[in-house]
Amino acid sequence: MNADILVIGGGLHGLSAALQSARRGASVILVERHFLGRHASGATAAGVRTLGRDPAELPLSLEAAGMWHEMAELVSDDCGFTACGQLQVAEDEAALSKIKARVRALQSKGFMHETMIGLEEMQELVPDLSPHCLGGAWVSGDGSADPHRTICAFRDAALRAGVEIHEECLVTGLQRRNDRWQAQTSRGVFEASIIVNAGGAWADQVAALAGEPVQQSIRTSMMVVTERTQTRVKPVVSSLGKKLSFKQTAQGTMVIGGGSQGRLAADRQSASVDFVALAASVGAAVRLFPKTKGLRIVRTWAGMEAMTRDHLPVIGFSRGAPGLIHAFGFSGHGFQLVPSVGRVVADLACKGQTRHDLGAFDVERLSKERAAA
Amino acid sequence: MTYDVVVIGAGPAGMSAAIQLRKAGIAVAAVDEQAAPGGQIWRGVERNAGPVSAALGADYQKGATLVEAFRDSGAEYLPATQVWQIEEGWNLFLTSEGKARRIKARAVLLANGAQERPVPFPGWTLPGVMTVGAAQILLKSGGMLPEGEVWIAGAGPLPLLYATQVLGLEGRIAGFLDTSKRPGLAALSSLPGAWRDIPGLLKGVRWLWDLKRSGRMVRGFSDLHAEGEGRLQHLQWRAGNEQRKVRADVLLVHEGVVPRIHETMALGCVHDWNSDQNYFSARLDQWGETSRPGLFVAGDAGGIGGWLAATLSGEIAALGIARYLGGSPDADSLRREAGLDERLSRARALRPFLDALYPPPAEHLADEVVVCRCEEVTAGQIRAVAKVSAPDPNAVKAATRCGMGPCQGRQCGYTVQALVAEVHGLPLADVSFFNIRPPLKPVTLGEIAALGDLEEA
Amino acid sequence: MFKSVHDKPGKASDMTVFVNGAETAAWNGETVASVLLRAPGAERRSTVSGEPRLPYCQMGVCFECLVIVDGVASTQGCLVPVAPGMRIESQHGPREISK
Repeated sequence: MNADILVIGGGLHGLSAALQSARRGASVILVERHFLGRHASGATAAGVRTLGRDPAELPLSLEAAGMWHEMAELVSDDCGFTACGQLQVAEDEAALSKIKARVRALQSKGFMHETMIGLEEMQELVPDLSPHCLGGAWVSGDGSADPHRTICAFRDAALRAGVEIHEECLVTGLQRRNDRWQAQTSRGVFEASIIVNAGGAWADQVAALAGEPVQQSIRTSMMVVTERTQTRVKPVVSSLGKKLSFKQTAQGTMVIGGGSQGRLAADRQSASVDFVALAASVGAAVRLFPKTKGLRIVRTWAGMEAMTRDHLPVIGFSRGAPGLIHAFGFSGHGFQLVPSVGRVVADLACKGQTRHDLGAFDVERLSKERAAA
Repeated sequence: MTYDVVVIGAGPAGMSAAIQLRKAGIAVAAVDEQAAPGGQIWRGVERNAGPVSAALGADYQKGATLVEAFRDSGAEYLPATQVWQIEEGWNLFLTSEGKARRIKARAVLLANGAQERPVPFPGWTLPGVMTVGAAQILLKSGGMLPEGEVWIAGAGPLPLLYATQVLGLEGRIAGFLDTSKRPGLAALSSLPGAWRDIPGLLKGVRWLWDLKRSGRMVRGFSDLHAEGEGRLQHLQWRAGNEQRKVRADVLLVHEGVVPRIHETMALGCVHDWNSDQNYFSARLDQWGETSRPGLFVAGDAGGIGGWLAATLSGEIAALGIARYLGGSPDADSLRREAGLDERLSRARALRPFLDALYPPPAEHLADEVVVCRCEEVTAGQIRAVAKVSAPDPNAVKAATRCGMGPCQGRQCGYTVQALVAEVHGLPLADVSFFNIRPPLKPVTLGEIAALGDLEEA
Repeated sequence: MFKSVHDKPGKASDMTVFVNGAETAAWNGETVASVLLRAPGAERRSTVSGEPRLPYCQMGVCFECLVIVDGVASTQGCLVPVAPGMRIESQHGPREISK
């Protein structure tokens, strides 16, 4: 089985890179060891957020924001995206001054997407918000999407674009011969000129197979979903300094996340929920929205996602392995970046370059050799 | 609180185990979702008297003795309490009266029984359609009898037993749609020792004959539909080339029972597929211990065997737990002296016959039938997704929300598994179950938030 | 749909509960879900299509008996024994946020 590009990892970043590469005329094979979206992409809260982004990510994030608003052009479906806005509240003076400083700094550089709003405006946007909140940052064009619909839309678009997808296909070996990669998998040998490493929590293993050991850890962020309720909360709400993100889905369920960490299994293949740790996020949610305390939880989970030391992703060519492109390490905030990073990876794979400055995302900073030196 | 053992469920298996554990001087808490001990089989046995108790029969009345012994055993009984999370090691998170708390145990026994096998068909979500087990629980709980045109559809011993009980209280059942394979329900009467309650059984058999004579015993039919505006009003089915329609107010369905597996599934225990009855159950060693050390299963939760087998497997698990905790070096000899294995194999002797008589139904499910009652996902929607996904029910769940409602897949899990197998042309055994996500019961946000102040016990 | 064998002419019920405001006779040992099968108009409405539903399994598995009991929404009615004066209200579609 031969192709120009072999994408390893059937999460959203792998699908997006595969889709956009195929659209540029490349032949693309994507392999996924479980099923598409099995881990972080299916476990995400699916926030579409430019708010509070690291400045290094902002150009990719703002480009992605534009693409989310035109998502049907990319994948013929809006992926359940609604620009319901994202609100980051300050529950105390310290948080408020941090938010103010950030918004001022952004605006001084010409980034006007975040604006400060007061309690009154916040309560207009979210009537059930507790009145102890002091103010917050608001991005009206942010919002959230439906993660599973997004996976389906990207898969279908990728298939239409000619991407060949193999699920339940585990990569066990990678060799570079005569300017081509050869990948041994549980479903046979694949050959390609370019390999895209979109292996998520296991991207370090893919990198190691390709001869480029990197340091990454695994985040096991927990999520809570409640029963369906009548629609009350439109924007996605977070609270600075608290492990909380809160939204109500189109189905009426409340989704609570925010980075409380579950327990990683010893074999690093699964993670379980730690309810005592989860109480931090749920407690924060109930403080912001006291009316929700009687809502029943239907399920919780701990999603698995690669985390880097500086919480920035790795995007770009390998330093040691020719023809290897990395796209991993999104550290729990990669969902929004899916369309733009896929475009960047496709540009790298098909044209060998991108107009984005990927300096902050260079794999070199996570290199194990460098850490040893 | 820390206990030596926490037993989950106070039916035949849980009560028997708790009694045995107490005899060995082991500190036991028995957590029960129900308000009183007895499980579903002996529900209300402490309260029911007179004609209701008489109609429920000798096997039911036997429960009173065990419940009394359980009450006197010194086990701490926690009624109306739900276990919503179990962590290896062992921490159990409970809720009662709207408050969550955590208790610890050195070993855990799951004795939480079975549930009726959900079998979707057109109209099964209509008010007026429920399970035979549900109707029997209503009888045990408040002496409720179904009214109007009452039909039963299904197979297995329970419909006959329930019909007998209803007739004993001068209730009426309009007709029976027998879904069992040959030789059919009546064959039970020819089985010596099938029931200890022979006179009661004869009443049921007489009822079957009467039904047959009056043409209200239906066999060899297909395409059962429950129909009505806002509630059940009619039943329709096809018999040969003929379409039949009858008036109906209540339809009680039953296609056997399957173990409760959400707890062991959530804990990642190894499970085996029972290909006679199409269910998963946790793999147990000879003491009832799962692949997770210190976690034991007894009774129907470990594989369907009925109440007598449940009491015996409870006793065996109690010995196994005592052995595990290091307090019973003589567990093997106690097990031998009590003849537990011989008694257990006698109690299970009828099972292969019943399994053969009542194989799980395998009728093709029409695309328009609702499979997931909570999220209202149809068989057609599931098939469409399964066709373009890996053969994994979790992929179907993610794409359709099937199994994401309050029941957490307890009603649709096996149906989704079967549809995935059908679409991919795989044997059922090769398709997994949903990943089970905690909490096991619908705890509130406020209860979880309050765990933030949890003090180490 | 169901009637208690204890319910006989001239014999008082064990207690009275209120189903959507209407006085309803109830019997010792029965659960809220059992009462729902006797009280007219006690169906809940499903959260997706709004179809009427009544309790199905009576043993804590199916969640068709979700109901507001004494102001507490999404209570599993089959796990709650009736008590005198209990207020039982049907839940129609997605629950309210603050019950």
